Amino acid sequence: MSGHATYQPQNGLMRWFDRRLPIASLVYSSFVAYPTPRNLNYWWTFGGILSIMLAVQIVTGITLAMHYTPHVDFAFKSVESIMRDVNHGWLLRYLHANGASMFFAAAYIHMFRGMYYGSYKDPREVLWILGVILLLLMIATGFMGYVLPWGQMSFWAATVITNLFSAIPLVGESVVTWLWGGYAVGNPTLQRFYSLHYLLPFVIAGVVVLHVWALHVVGQNNPAGIEPKSDKDTVPFTPYATIKDSFFLAVFFIVFAWFVFYMPNFMGHADNYIPANPSVTPAHIVPEWYYLPFYAILRAIPDKLMGVVALVASIVILAFLPWLDTSRVRSARYRPLYRQFFWVFVVVCIGLGWLGGKPAEGGYVIAARILTFYYFAHFLLILPLLGIFEKTKPLPNSITESVLREGVPIGASAPPPVVSR
Amino acid sequence: MTTTSSAEPTRRDFLFIATGAVGAIGAAAALVPLVTQMNPDASTIAAGAPIEVDLTPIAEGQVIKVFWRGKPIFISHRTKKEIEEARNVNLASLPDPEPDQKRVKEGHDQWQVLIGICTHLGCIPLAHQGQYQGYFCPCHGSVYDTSGRIRSGPAPANLALPPYEFVSNDKIRIG
Repeated sequence: MSGHATYQPQNGLMRWFDRRLPIASLVYSSFVAYPTPRNLNYWWTFGGILSIMLAVQIVTGITLAMHYTPHVDFAFKSVESIMRDVNHGWLLRYLHANGASMFFAAAYIHMFRGMYYGSYKDPREVLWILGVILLLLMIATGFMGYVLPWGQMSFWAATVITNLFSAIPLVGESVVTWLWGGYAVGNPTLQRFYSLHYLLPFVIAGVVVLHVWALHVVGQNNPAGIEPKSDKDTVPFTPYATIKDSFFLAVFFIVFAWFVFYMPNFMGHADNYIPANPSVTPAHIVPEWYYLPFYAILRAIPDKLMGVVALVASIVILAFLPWLDTSRVRSARYRPLYRQFFWVFVVVCIGLGWLGGKPAEGGYVIAARILTFYYFAHFLLILPLLGIFEKTKPLPNSITESVLREGVPIGASAPPPVVSR
Repeated sequence: MTTTSSAEPTRRDFLFIATGAVGAIGAAAALVPLVTQMNPDASTIAAGAPIEVDLTPIAEGQVIKVFWRGKPIFISHRTKKEIEEARNVNLASLPDPEPDQKRVKEGHDQWQVLIGICTHLGCIPLAHQGQYQGYFCPCHGSVYDTSGRIRSGPAPANLALPPYEFVSNDKIRIG
């Protein structure tokens, strides 16, 4: 693909500057002229939404850091002072706390979209693995951020999660002491978590740059799962993708604002408004909703070490998805069996999330075991075998053909410009 | 890297190995303070000195909680019935077999001192609860008996014993 146009600065100063640092050319070729498949649907807007959410978290986080005190004696009080005394502090904190939930929601939708349309397949394996690394970084950042208010859930989340490392044979206990900087979770733990919680978003931003770079090398996948063959199959990023991304971002932000203004504590836990107390564990401790499926997998295994191994494996296995899925057809549109298994997998993930929030007893544990087995079977049995036995539907010859065959798509009144070159 | 292969090592070959060696050792040495600064500092270690606990106010059947090194320590004044229950157990049926006699100091059978941290993921179990009226962890449902031994649930081991000794008949030193 040669793209639709190249950047020609009109202004003399811009021409002078562009010859010395072609940043405007880079932006133009990446976000204006960049050819994007003409059949992208709204599921493709979540990449843009995620970048904006990262910016929202960094901006609200930096302002919160101006008022927060990372010390066991003052952390809880400083958060309460943000809520009551700081001008608009309540808004910044609710944006940041609910922003984390929205960030994860967007990331999970983005990943399920990649799974449905086979976006991880050749040549996009590195792009996908960078995404898995971003998920791991988000999980670490979100966890450490949750510890900072130093409420009961903060304290016990820090205790339970750092204790996962005690399952490591031989060196486990020393590793945990090293993580804590003491003999229990305490002030040194809070201070280092604060330091790392401030650092990691910038690491995430760095990996996002790699993720976008890799995307722009291999190009976007699309609902048909076939590569663009001619300029007819693509449209320029601006205005087509820009306006589509912006529109759905606005829809997404309305949902975000609904949570922030009408139910800001819906996704939190009341126990975290009780100051941390190292002598009492809350009766029912659960992580934030976005960790629940992994938490359910941890609790489903009746052995400490194996539980931790399963928890880690449930995330790391995603990185191997490009090779576990043996089918050459990317999009689930042309894979009738995979399409059904995909939705079963989505239901299993939601089911694990629901079970992760339930007490670990009786039927809940049995159900969590069955779903945990299915979760891993999806990757290790179903996907490798489907690629061999599934009879796929014939692929269209081109993206344009797939669009026209499916009838007039929404937005067809604005046909792509015919570019002659 | 040099592309010409000469029989004699050149000055550049020497400089490459020497610089590389110094650089590798320097980088490894720089890592040491970066890693060790995260271990417990001097004040934390000093605050972890032994503590003495007077046992006289603890009534029979009562479990008290004291803190040593930031960890809750359970001191249980066990009743005759609790001791009996802890000893009339088929050891082979336990996940982490250990006789009750080994978990108390000889001649002080009624006093049991435990680190009150669930061996699963570090929550604090509740005393006098669970199927065996010993300890029950509310986080993930581990059940311990009156000797603090794991009986069911995900915890892999019995509640740990802190280092302690009897200073007199009714005073212990933990640590």
